[in-house]
Amino acid sequence: MSGSSKTPRSGPGFSRRSFLKGSGAAMAATAIVTGAEEALVADDNTVVSGPKEITLNVNGQDRKVTVEPRTSLLEVLRDQLGLTGSKDLQDIYVDGADTVMVDGKATYAGTTFALQVEGKPIRTVESLRDGRNLDPVVTGFVKHDGMQCGYCTPGFVVATRAFLDQNPSATLEEIQKGLGGNICRCGTYDGITKCALELAKGGA
Amino acid sequence: MNPFEYAQPNTEAEAVALLAERGSTVLASGMDLMPLLRKSVVETERVVDISRVESLRGIEAVGGGVTIGVLSTLEDIACNPLLADYPSLKDVNEGIRAIQVQQNGTLGGDLCHLPNCWYFRSGYGLLGRENGKSLPEIGDNRYHAIFGNAGPAKFVSASRFAPALIAWGAKVRIAGPEPDAEKWLPLEEFYQTPKTERHGVTVLTPGQLLTHVWLPSAENKVSATYEVLEMEGLDWPLASAAATLELEAGRVRTATIVLGHVAPTPWFSLVAADVLVGQPVTPQLAQAAGEAAVSEATPLSENAYKVRLAQTSVKRALLKATNQLEGGL
Repeated sequence: MSGSSKTPRSGPGFSRRSFLKGSGAAMAATAIVTGAEEALVADDNTVVSGPKEITLNVNGQDRKVTVEPRTSLLEVLRDQLGLTGSKDLQDIYVDGADTVMVDGKATYAGTTFALQVEGKPIRTVESLRDGRNLDPVVTGFVKHDGMQCGYCTPGFVVATRAFLDQNPSATLEEIQKGLGGNICRCGTYDGITKCALELAKGGA
Repeated sequence: MNPFEYAQPNTEAEAVALLAERGSTVLASGMDLMPLLRKSVVETERVVDISRVESLRGIEAVGGGVTIGVLSTLEDIACNPLLADYPSLKDVNEGIRAIQVQQNGTLGGDLCHLPNCWYFRSGYGLLGRENGKSLPEIGDNRYHAIFGNAGPAKFVSASRFAPALIAWGAKVRIAGPEPDAEKWLPLEEFYQTPKTERHGVTVLTPGQLLTHVWLPSAENKVSATYEVLEMEGLDWPLASAAATLELEAGRVRTATIVLGHVAPTPWFSLVAADVLVGQPVTPQLAQAAGEAAVSEATPLSENAYKVRLAQTSVKRALLKATNQLEGGL
């Protein structure tokens, strides 16, 4: 399990220089570096201390963005890429309105750092429309009246899409369990559940 | 959120070196950490994203037991056939009703999840103190501890998997602080009840990283977890109990009962186990074990209701482990 603890001199690692730059705690760092520098090797890419240009793959396109370590994926999507479908509820992070897919997995964009998803395929609710063609989940929400004020809807749609991708023949109970991470204050769960159940039965 | 630097080590040794500096924080999925950073409840100078450390992934058979890397997601745990004989873990999974948490939440993130105490989350520290007074003691403590609350800590341990894992006799591997250092601890010794704000909820020190959980063989044992959820969805349990029983000729040979969300750490109930040993598990015995489990509870001003929930959790966990739990509530 710990077989990889010796990093080869030429392999990836973090640099002594950027390590020492860190946060003014040079005394502690010095002690560590003295002991560990033989085992650790330079690669400035491992520590990011300020704004950095990265490439995010969003809805099939590589997009260059500049992020800080503290920048969330949601901030990048909404503020830099203009993809405002994913919604932000500042203080209630796990309401699900910010749900996107990262590597096919339903993910809260508001609790994910942009740097965490560099190089991974990201899909937002905007990807569920191709010209005039809408994803069956979107048409299903309309058909079953799965929305009211609409604020939670984009995240709910993405979560439903990710859930059905994972559970194409889900039961009602599985749907209720799987979609518990999205909250709709208007209470449109009945329509959303019907939509998911119909698609699970019909194969979508 | 104050600025900080972001590190993505590739190996455990790099991770522990990066964590050795005070002010470094481990990042797994970020679902717990990000809101705490944004509200400045947790402040950090460096976030160490461990997702590139491949040795922290995977679920493997080791000897008669199973080793689980801390980056295993809840979905990995629910689906892995090696864990099929540990149904108390699956019971926990069943209660987490969010695909986002299932697909991204990690075992390590659950085990190290910081308390959900609203005083802590509002910036009053783990002990929730203001002007020398304990806010949970004088304020709204409906979700707080009913055991182990005589000291300054009144919050409840947040981990949902810890009770089940401890009931199985799980051990955890901790790497660091020296690059090659490692040690194994029983999971119950991983947790501590802080006496001052300088203490954390675990024994981890700067430069240490929780890397793996090891479960002993499940042979001849049955198990279950019962969580009381206030509503559905994203709720945290009000109380939970995990039971692992070794049965011999229909009678309990050994029993481990661990309660969750009732104390600042996962809470062993030796008295409940004593009630069970040598007996066949019947509804009456399960009831008696539940009553024994809460006999020494010390509820705060507004959470006496949790005593009954804890009692019922123990009873239902025992009945579930022995396939006697019928219906819902």
